[in-house]
Amino acid sequence: MAGRWRSRLGVLSAATVLASGLTACGGSSTATGTPTLNWYINPDNGGQQTIAQQCSDQSGGAYTIDVSILPSDAAAQREQLMRRLAGNDTSIDLMSLDPVFVPETAEAGFLAEIPAEYQQEWSDGVVDGAVQGASWKDELVTAPFWANTQLLWYRTSVAEAAGLDMTQPVTWDQLITAAQEQDTSIGVQGQRAESMTVWVNAMIASAGGEVIENPDAKGPDIQLGLESDAGQAAAKVMEDITAAGVGGAGIDNRDEAATANMFQQGDAGFMVNWPFVYAQGKSAAEEGTMDQAVFDDYGWTTYPAMSEGTEAAPPLGGIDIGVSAFSEHQDAAFEAVSCIVSAENQAAYMISDGNPAASEEVYDDPEVQEAYPMYDTIRTSLQAAAPRPQTAYYNEVSQGIADRWQPVSSVSDDTPAQSQEYIGEVLRGEKLL
Amino acid sequence: MSTQTRSAGDVSVAQKNPGRAKASDKAKAEARLGWYLAGPAFVILVAVTGYPILQALYESLFSFRLTAPADREFVGLKNYGVILSDGLWWTALGNTALVTVVTVAVELVIGFALAMVMHKVLGWLRPIVRTAILIPYAIITVVSAYAWQYAFGLTTGFMNAVLGLDDYDVFANKWSALAVICLSEIWKTTPFISLLLLAGLAQVPADMTEAAKVDGATAWERLWKVTLPNMKASIMVALLFRALDAFRIFDNVYIMTNGAAGTQTVSSLAYNQTISRLEIGLGSAVSVLLFVCVLLICFIAIKVFKVDLARARGEG
Repeated sequence: MAGRWRSRLGVLSAATVLASGLTACGGSSTATGTPTLNWYINPDNGGQQTIAQQCSDQSGGAYTIDVSILPSDAAAQREQLMRRLAGNDTSIDLMSLDPVFVPETAEAGFLAEIPAEYQQEWSDGVVDGAVQGASWKDELVTAPFWANTQLLWYRTSVAEAAGLDMTQPVTWDQLITAAQEQDTSIGVQGQRAESMTVWVNAMIASAGGEVIENPDAKGPDIQLGLESDAGQAAAKVMEDITAAGVGGAGIDNRDEAATANMFQQGDAGFMVNWPFVYAQGKSAAEEGTMDQAVFDDYGWTTYPAMSEGTEAAPPLGGIDIGVSAFSEHQDAAFEAVSCIVSAENQAAYMISDGNPAASEEVYDDPEVQEAYPMYDTIRTSLQAAAPRPQTAYYNEVSQGIADRWQPVSSVSDDTPAQSQEYIGEVLRGEKLL
Repeated sequence: MSTQTRSAGDVSVAQKNPGRAKASDKAKAEARLGWYLAGPAFVILVAVTGYPILQALYESLFSFRLTAPADREFVGLKNYGVILSDGLWWTALGNTALVTVVTVAVELVIGFALAMVMHKVLGWLRPIVRTAILIPYAIITVVSAYAWQYAFGLTTGFMNAVLGLDDYDVFANKWSALAVICLSEIWKTTPFISLLLLAGLAQVPADMTEAAKVDGATAWERLWKVTLPNMKASIMVALLFRALDAFRIFDNVYIMTNGAAGTQTVSSLAYNQTISRLEIGLGSAVSVLLFVCVLLICFIAIKVFKVDLARARGEG
């Protein structure tokens, strides 16, 4: 008797577990009929989670947004999303996408087509670079959410001692000379990672070149612009950094976070980095892990130019929100995106998470201006910024650049031509990566 | 003479046959029971390993990108040609072979010493020693890889200060990076090899060692002439298992260098093509070649070095 009860209990609990599992798997709608939208987000300070909650509350029961956190590395985020989308995963409704992976996702047919009214709404009043990054083949395929850009950060005392006029655009040559004279370093990202492409692309674009000349082409037909005067100029900057010995220790394994720490600790008088470093420095000073005087010494200006009189084309980053082509609640998802990317939410997100807004009007918000004294520099930088190569084969191009332009000390006049040949062979399927 | 011989032969046959027949029935029943017990697991194992292997073999004949399924095209053995004519494959294979040889050789020596310690130590100390030795093996490889990376990292580590390396970036140089990868691998998996060797040590008859001792053999002679020859099967199995494991090295490389500074291994190459580039065809071909390498190691171990898996289990 007891045995029978035990077995019935077992069946019952197994059924309960199975049922709850099934609900979790397919759980895109609750018992109340409110669709639950799954938003795959990049890790942040919790800002996207807050926005999800607020938009759910404001929707009046039209939808509820749940967030799922992707890996911290942009390439790993792409890997996870692509594998899920290739399997027609219906559990993804919304996704936070790095702009460099927008073309690949769109080309593969993984993004839902955006209705005309939303296309207009999501691109109005948004900085040009961010709209470009959210588009593919001249059509908006994602919603610009925030638009990142790199600035040149410097220690005011170091720049003054070096006699640099930071109110005017500064060139890489001037920086290298100043760093050498002041016996300090320039914080650049020399790791064999995507950040290397950010740097190389910014230098090539600033010198008037393009990494890819025909971004819409299929892999084997892609024309690369690395072997060019602009490519040579970029290689020259790296050669000069090595020759002057101003790259600092550990340049070959340094990412953005390590660069920020280096600057914070005073090992670098200059650095190129995203604006998160300001929020990081501010909280370090507040927590007492860094002297307030050091934080007060922080200075910023636009990205270094390649030559005097030529405006730099700073790196452009950010996050765009895409709606999955396999979502079962696309209408609700589009509605949710409108809420997520609203100017108010972008402003709140910029203040809470330190990520610059894509919407221009956010920079007129007094709260944003107070929290980010460099708001005007960010806006100027965003307007001049050049997106990284917009191609469905970005991963190959980026890995190829990281492979051939790293370590920085190995870069020579031959590097542009060698990397062009190598990436071309990879894209034609003739070489491993 | 002939009669005697025939009758002796007849007796011998007559005596053997009933015995063999009985043993055969028993053996058959045992074999049947064996299949009943192991059969389901065997079928599942074949399904979960056989299916992906065959799928990889099939996919390796195509040019197929996961994000462009419409462009899928049959290319025959072209992917294999691309891989085998690429210097990167041979570099990765060289790195993998180097890591395998170095780590397995060092682990065998240290593992044997640890096995002896675990075998000899008695009393209350025994469980403590065994646990202490086995702890690294209980740590997840990714976690141990991060620990070693942080220890040797220029901005996070203390090893540069300990070794007096100043600003030297260990992970920016191929040989120093591979050395740390090997060290991490050795630290993590030596307990595994020592466990296998401990099982072998337990099989060495104590009376043989005792007899050698009585005959005046020194400890060194007892080790070389009694202990090691009696452990040959266990040593060979430990070598084979660890070599197969080491050849598939991935986690340590992925975490510490991600293939930078020329530290790619065959597994990281397969990952890069399949997962990162989403080139399923090319990646499958790399995976198939990795599988062939592993098969080759097995073949060499079993045929050339005569590794007897049954004897190592104590069935010999």
